[in-house]
Amino acid sequence: MGIAAEALKDFNGFNPKKLPEGEPLSPGHRACQGCGEILALRQVMKALGSNVIVASATGCMEIVTSPFPQTAWRVPWIHVAFENAAAVISGVESAYKVLNRKGRIHQPDVVFLAYAGDGGTADIGLQALSGALERGHNFVYVCLDNEAYMNTGIQRSSATPYGAMTTTSPPGKKSIGQRTWKKNVAAIAAAHGIPYVATASPAYALDLMNKVKKAAMVPGPAYLHIYSPCPTGWRYPTDLTVEVARLAVQSKVFPLYEVIDGQWILSRKIAKPKPVSEYLKLQRRFRHLTETEIERIQARVDAEYEELLKRCVTPEKEGKASKETEE
Amino acid sequence: MGKRVGMEVSIAAAEMVGLCDVDVIAAYPITPQTHIVEHLSELVADGHLDAEFIPVESEHSAMSTCVGAAAAGARTFTSTSSQGYALMAEICYIASSLRLPIVMAVVNRALSAPISIWNDHADLMMSRDTGWIQTVAENGQEVVDLLLHAFRVAEDHRVLLPAIVNLDGFTLSHMIEPVLLPDEDEVKRYLPPYRPRLRLDPEKPMTFGPVGMPEVYTEVKKAQDEAFKASYPVIVETWDEFAKVFGRRYRPVETYKSEDADVIILTMGSTSETAMTAVDKMRAEGKKVGLVRLRLWRPFPFDELYQALKGAGAVAVMDRAMGFSGGAGPVCTEVKACLYDRAFYPYIQNYVAGLGGRDITVENFEEIHDKLVASMKRGDPMGYEIINVRE
Ligand SMILES: Cc1ncc(C[n+]2csc(CCOP(=O)(O)OP(=O)(O)O)c2C)c(N)n1
Ligand code: SF4
Repeated sequence: MGIAAEALKDFNGFNPKKLPEGEPLSPGHRACQGCGEILALRQVMKALGSNVIVASATGCMEIVTSPFPQTAWRVPWIHVAFENAAAVISGVESAYKVLNRKGRIHQPDVVFLAYAGDGGTADIGLQALSGALERGHNFVYVCLDNEAYMNTGIQRSSATPYGAMTTTSPPGKKSIGQRTWKKNVAAIAAAHGIPYVATASPAYALDLMNKVKKAAMVPGPAYLHIYSPCPTGWRYPTDLTVEVARLAVQSKVFPLYEVIDGQWILSRKIAKPKPVSEYLKLQRRFRHLTETEIERIQARVDAEYEELLKRCVTPEKEGKASKETEE
Repeated sequence: MGKRVGMEVSIAAAEMVGLCDVDVIAAYPITPQTHIVEHLSELVADGHLDAEFIPVESEHSAMSTCVGAAAAGARTFTSTSSQGYALMAEICYIASSLRLPIVMAVVNRALSAPISIWNDHADLMMSRDTGWIQTVAENGQEVVDLLLHAFRVAEDHRVLLPAIVNLDGFTLSHMIEPVLLPDEDEVKRYLPPYRPRLRLDPEKPMTFGPVGMPEVYTEVKKAQDEAFKASYPVIVETWDEFAKVFGRRYRPVETYKSEDADVIILTMGSTSETAMTAVDKMRAEGKKVGLVRLRLWRPFPFDELYQALKGAGAVAVMDRAMGFSGGAGPVCTEVKACLYDRAFYPYIQNYVAGLGGRDITVENFEEIHDKLVASMKRGDPMGYEIINVRE
């Protein structure tokens, strides 16, 4: 049995009727209405509880939760810079390790969480993340993927999907918007051979929270890639966040899976996928796309999903795993 | 009792850090700093030092990891040089603003381009406004003593600022010198166990590093500046206490035969020993010349420096780095700023020497002296000159 499987053998999932009551991330932050990142982060923190130390990268979630002298954090939280959340948590985790060993503190069960946006993860922070994963620190890393640099005004990142409009990938006579396909950071994390990797979505809250719990339970590094729609940057009405997030899963644009000890496991199989166009048309960032471009995106999504299926050892049947994932 | 050893200065530095019971070391290799962290990793590997040695993937992460570790309540050390220091710089500002008492040895080396692994003070000058306490060592003994002092002063609850000990690359870091290494008990007598004032602790949650809106940023910087200025008397006080334990007395400014000197040469770092030899030689020839050396670079010792220079008619300030201000090198700029509002103002010329590892010799100091006297006689405007340039 691998180390993750070993650690998870008595795993108890969250119960939909009785969720943790604590809110380590308090209301009263300043995120936009309908923000998918703050929704996901709230679910993450609910799942982790209060015995946790959090390192934040610069980005929307840092700015909206910590305008001095206010803070939305009821747990210890540190922000240092944009690209180094994984390195900062490495230091915190190492400090706890040595201070416990030397008997200066007695706090062996603290959970260490680092989080960043897709910019702070897929681009400028990728090196620090890779270093920390490779060194094997015991921490959970969460990428809150809203597919662009939102904090600085909706600029493209390497996680921005093909064709999307951002302020640095504007569509024009000679441009369709973002020219490149989304970087697959979850696969990059998995390639480090760490015990636990998963993708999650706040539209599937129980699934997300269970994955967070698992990530915290496994010894060593765990990586969670959380799809986090942003009404401000994606240009959709603020009440559609959960809908957009769910459509992304149902259209196979953002499949949910886990990689446990290197074994890929689909969280739910999408047997009757919705067309990608349905997902795209809700968001004005894709408004300029032609039929041909949409077909191209559909073909790519289908191909990537097929690739994922091939990787997965135990693709779950639709409906089975979804007991847990469907709300 | 401590022991007298003949040791490469880098190794002695690492031994000293080990004696300080450091908890976390995060580092990345760069010449000429490598021997320090290599030896620390050996101490950890052999079980002589109970610490987490974190071989990070870059200097940026080294400093970031140190910030995380120090915020979590660990005594934290790192070391770097030149390009690595430049890569770290972003986080160096943050470490001092967060008031984290990280200690770092900077083995001074020229900055690219052209790439040069040899010594000058370009990296030291690049970081002068990062808000770290900075001392500059002259020899191996100072490296060791200043490192111990750095932990003591940085962690003092009246200070809580990170501290750097600068030492010249190769010409000091790679020399084998006789060094008095204290023993564990002596170190314990001088350096109490690290007690952080605030730490990341789930039992007492606190927010570190929040956003500073325009309404608070200025106030935070003022508070940081006040803490920085307030560190000065503590630096001096903890040096005085060092003298009580170890018998070696340190001051922010060091003088050598300068009391009655007409001409003063002002240096910083390991060239000061060469300068002393030059002073002795010129004194023997009847020239009334003396040496003033800066040991404390940040906070800058304005009063002590004034006291040391006030009797002289002319001062030659030596810089080991380019200023690119068009006016003077960085040390000279500070010296002039220090003297500007005093009742007296000596004649000052600035000489830039020893860039990218070029030797600074006794003859260079004689040349500086003679040039200074000649320009004063001619009444040249005060300026700067790069000496020892091959034409
Ligand atoms: C070294 C550095 N470069 C650039 C920035 C400016 N910056 C701050 S946040 C940010 C974008 C954050 O985007 P992302 O990580 O995707 O998070 P989001 O705001 O979308 O949640 C940028 C470019 C910075 N703070 N530091
Ligand atoms: S811009 Fe987007 S990610 Fe940022 S706070 Fe607003 S909704 Fe959330």
